[in-house]
Amino acid sequence: MLLPAVVLVLIYCYGPMVGMVIAFEKYVPAKGMIHSKWVGLDNFKYVISLPDTYRVLYNTVYIAFMKMIAGLIAPIVVALLLNEVRTMLFKRLYQTFIYLPHFLSWIILGGIMLDILSPSSGLVNQALEALGFEPIFFLGDNKWFPYVLVGSDVWKEFGFGTIVYLAALTGINPSLYEAAEIDGANRWQQTRHVTLPGMVPIMILLATLSLGQILNAGFDQVFNLYNTQVYESGDIIDTLVYRLGLQQAQYGVATAVGLFKSVVSFIFISLSYYVAYRFANYRIF
Amino acid sequence: MVYRMSWSRRCFLAANYTFLTVLSLLCLIPFIHILAVSLSSAAAASAGSVKLWPVEWTIASYENVLSKQEFLTSFLVSLKRVLLGTSVNMVLTILVAYPLSKEVANFRPRTVYVWFFVLTMLFSGGLIPLYMTVKMTGLMDSLWALVIPAAVPVYNVVLLLNFFRGLPKELEESATIDGANPFVIMWKIFVPLSVPALATLTLFSMVMHWNSWFDGLIFMNQPEHYPLQSFLQTVVIQRDMRFLTPEDVDMLKLVSDRTSSAAQIFVATLPILLVYPFLQKYFVHGIVMGSVKE
Repeated sequence: MLLPAVVLVLIYCYGPMVGMVIAFEKYVPAKGMIHSKWVGLDNFKYVISLPDTYRVLYNTVYIAFMKMIAGLIAPIVVALLLNEVRTMLFKRLYQTFIYLPHFLSWIILGGIMLDILSPSSGLVNQALEALGFEPIFFLGDNKWFPYVLVGSDVWKEFGFGTIVYLAALTGINPSLYEAAEIDGANRWQQTRHVTLPGMVPIMILLATLSLGQILNAGFDQVFNLYNTQVYESGDIIDTLVYRLGLQQAQYGVATAVGLFKSVVSFIFISLSYYVAYRFANYRIF
Repeated sequence: MVYRMSWSRRCFLAANYTFLTVLSLLCLIPFIHILAVSLSSAAAASAGSVKLWPVEWTIASYENVLSKQEFLTSFLVSLKRVLLGTSVNMVLTILVAYPLSKEVANFRPRTVYVWFFVLTMLFSGGLIPLYMTVKMTGLMDSLWALVIPAAVPVYNVVLLLNFFRGLPKELEESATIDGANPFVIMWKIFVPLSVPALATLTLFSMVMHWNSWFDGLIFMNQPEHYPLQSFLQTVVIQRDMRFLTPEDVDMLKLVSDRTSSAAQIFVATLPILLVYPFLQKYFVHGIVMGSVKE
């Protein structure tokens, strides 16, 4: 039963891992992987010598970190508020609407963003102007671009993120609430002393697991929203690999950058899984 | 038990409903706006006077989009991809999840296989080596390039494997005694019992295939093989002029770049809008069973 899957995974997941040797070569497609010249760490040295590298690394970690924080807090808040909604119809309606953006691609959402954030005729800037603010060139201004990335990412994913927390909320023992109520706790005190502590384990678990994503700032999103004007604040490792590798055909160099990312990511993900296993008894299988 | 709501509680509830309504609207307004733009005249859209209701109703942009050969071709490519890709994904997910859901005592090398698959979730070769692998295996420029490299969705396998493990073992034992082989057990017992889980995974797989754009962009050499999202990436995001024909230039008088983009975005969103409400009840349950255990 496993055979077809094993073969496919071997070729398309483990195959590329072998292909990473070109990170140590001056790879020329015509010569192939075996006959290209071996240059050792030259590609890595070249990357380190580029002034852009540090900026890209900084952008990646900065954007990913902000997304991580915002992406943890927003769903918790919304889940708590949704939990107070007792009318099933409303609860279901709210959930349907806030889950929706999660299911659309960054092409669709990028197209929508380009339209509503446009400095001249976009909906957002028209609203800003009506309120008496200067229009902002959200997608062309280095000051704003990272926040646009974080904001739109939260907008896309916060609804979907609430699912897990809502599940955790239904798992809290109802007798705890009854006890708190008998002790005279009001709704807010119940939330503070029963609900929040009840959610802590899952919060810690998700925070831990998200640490593994520190080098994933979101290729789909950045690639579809950025332009040459905001490279300074928006260029991330994945977009750099794309430009070096597929646009400038510097295969060896691009693979070296990719290898660096894969290795660091692997360490972080393994570490986060291990910590989650040790302290939250989380196992993926 | 009926209790009178305190004043502060009522205030909170009012504020809560207001806040959540605003939040829901924030998720909806961009789509309503795009729909309104797509149904407005070119002039009104370029002038930026369209907000949430179409100005000077016209379906010219849709007529334009649906008459464009490239759009229809890529829509078709995407449909084929979703059908083929989702079937391949689901078959392989079930085939892998079933044996791996067994205990080590019954299936000795289980742990080795599980790690073999899970490792690919943690470490990947990266973009360039994957590109070269696809090229070497001769998949370039065919629909298979979009289906085969991600044929085994390991994350889905893990979710299904955990679901399978929750099913009662006695079912399998009694079936074995009745003489059923593993394939029969898998197909006649485990699959029918896992409909909610399988529906969730099917939805995810379909959405993934419908939304993918990057593989289309890099693995397809000819634009007419692009799936819809890759095609949209080039026309809506890159605003590539490659696809403009002389007739299009005439058309632009009636249809602006903006209304046309909006119409294409909306048509590409439609399939998801149609499938999503029906599967929602499944996926909420499906996610929960996969993420919160015990």
